Amino acid sequence: MGAIYRREMGAFFTSGVGYVFLSVFTLLSGIFFYFGVIGSGRADISPMFSSMFLVVLFLIPILTMKLFSEEKKNRTDQGLLTAPVSLWSIVLGKYFAALTLFIIAESVVFIYSLFIAVFGEVMWPSLLGNYAAMLFLGAAFIAIGVFISSLTENQMAAAVASMLALFLLYLLDSLAASINVGSGSELVQKILGFVQNAMYSVSFLSRYNGFTQGVFDLSSIVFFVSTAFLFNFFTVRVLEKRRWS
Amino acid sequence: MIEVNHLIKRYGDKQAVNDISFKVGKGEILGFLGPNGAGKSTTMNMLTGYISSTSGQILINGADILEDPIAAKSNIGYLPEIPPLYVDMTVEGYLNFMYDLKKCKLSRKSHLKEICDLCKITNVKGRLIRNLSKGYKQRVGLAQALINNPPVLILDEPTVGLDPNQIIEIRTLIKKLGKNHTVILSSHILPEIQAVCDRIIIINKGVIAADGTADEIAKNITNEHKMTLRIEGSTHTAADKDEIVSALKKLDGIKYVRADMEREKGIYDYDVEADEKIDIRRAVNKLCRDKDWNILMLQLSDLTLEDIFLRITMGDAALGKTMAGEKKPAKKISLNVENGELVAAEEKETTESSSDDNKGGEE
Repeated sequence: MGAIYRREMGAFFTSGVGYVFLSVFTLLSGIFFYFGVIGSGRADISPMFSSMFLVVLFLIPILTMKLFSEEKKNRTDQGLLTAPVSLWSIVLGKYFAALTLFIIAESVVFIYSLFIAVFGEVMWPSLLGNYAAMLFLGAAFIAIGVFISSLTENQMAAAVASMLALFLLYLLDSLAASINVGSGSELVQKILGFVQNAMYSVSFLSRYNGFTQGVFDLSSIVFFVSTAFLFNFFTVRVLEKRRWS
Repeated sequence: MIEVNHLIKRYGDKQAVNDISFKVGKGEILGFLGPNGAGKSTTMNMLTGYISSTSGQILINGADILEDPIAAKSNIGYLPEIPPLYVDMTVEGYLNFMYDLKKCKLSRKSHLKEICDLCKITNVKGRLIRNLSKGYKQRVGLAQALINNPPVLILDEPTVGLDPNQIIEIRTLIKKLGKNHTVILSSHILPEIQAVCDRIIIINKGVIAADGTADEIAKNITNEHKMTLRIEGSTHTAADKDEIVSALKKLDGIKYVRADMEREKGIYDYDVEADEKIDIRRAVNKLCRDKDWNILMLQLSDLTLEDIFLRITMGDAALGKTMAGEKKPAKKISLNVENGELVAAEEKETTESSSDDNKGGEE
């Protein structure tokens, strides 16, 4: 796992993806920080974090798109899959490399906290709560991106499909709200109600927004971690399936 | 070292590998030979655990590749058809990565240096793999396979895309490695297999068509003793031809004589076939001395690997074609016709391989 992790970290910076990701993340979070926090004269950093959900949604696929698709295309996966390492360590090595880069990017908020400290007092509980929420959200999104990357040989296809998948997750709340539960027979109503509830309960946005409103919800953390685990597990199955097909 | 039992691989309806079984002992160099699409790479991918088999069993050093993949894989060094190189890394960085990936316990510095020297890539260590030539990429791929000194080396077409000098270098290297490794290599280049391998397995359409040393395979395929003679008669006319044919036919153990083309003015070639046990060369020589004919050429047409390969992989089709429309016994005709084709192929290849040898000698 260590070897793959180190190689991927190196590859992020030799391919330039790492620089692009870090600079775009810093730029956009800086803009949101200026308008949401400094501009409005508040010491609470939450507005920046709530705006960053969409940014993260579009940036993470860039991070994950090539992790498996490129290996498959260049046939380097033959080197990995015939080496004496388990599939889990291949998947997790890549996963944690992407997660590390994400954490580095996210940690820019600690620089912003210095600016807040100049003008007032930093609200540490809110900042750390938001920081943790974004970390776990990223952990879940990266796992989804890695999974989609393992399904295709084409980086662009992986990126677009991941963005679409994450965007659908973002829209989940609006979609759920648009379901008209009151119509149809009793059975249809029941089914629609169930579907709506299910959609609300897997909503990433509402769980994430909970944190930006100052609620530290452990069940949401568990939800994000479970999602991350589940999709990493799926990725392992995809690799395993290729062996068995 | 390697044991393969009843290996089968299906892709949907297509049967890529159909019931292959073989064993490879320690220190043996085994050549996989077969036309494109015969199932060589599929078999190798299954041996290395890259893809699974539909059914059957593969044991590498006693470890089942599917049951205990990590133990089995740690015994294998694999060079796939396309070397698994990360083009954005330097050669040194890549080899260090593979060293870590294979959890190598040997001393990093000396082990990698040894491998670089062996594969002659020390001078490109600092370069990006992207910028290397095909030949160097192939060598880096080979170097990668050698890391951790695995007892089994599986090399899929290791010399493809290399220039003749590099081919000879890699062949020499493989021979050297074969002394203390078990090597399986695949190729569709016959002289290569012949030059390097102790044992050959010919795969055709997913089944093993032949297994043994080149000589053993040749023996199984043929039991006739054939030669081509060029005899100068006394009159230099077509009358010579009939006289010589009838005289040759009277020799002991002759099964078949046929006059071939007029190769020089008034001088003909004769295809002669005799019983396996009888060497007729002396009798032919004596005959010619008695009759005052001159033997200008005597060529034994032993089957080369080339012929065997052609016969095994295309034999059925060639046989079918000649059986239609000719009156003579099917077996003989097919052999003759094939022989006509094969001699041509053989002559071409012989010159090629001999030029290879020459280069080998120069180095």
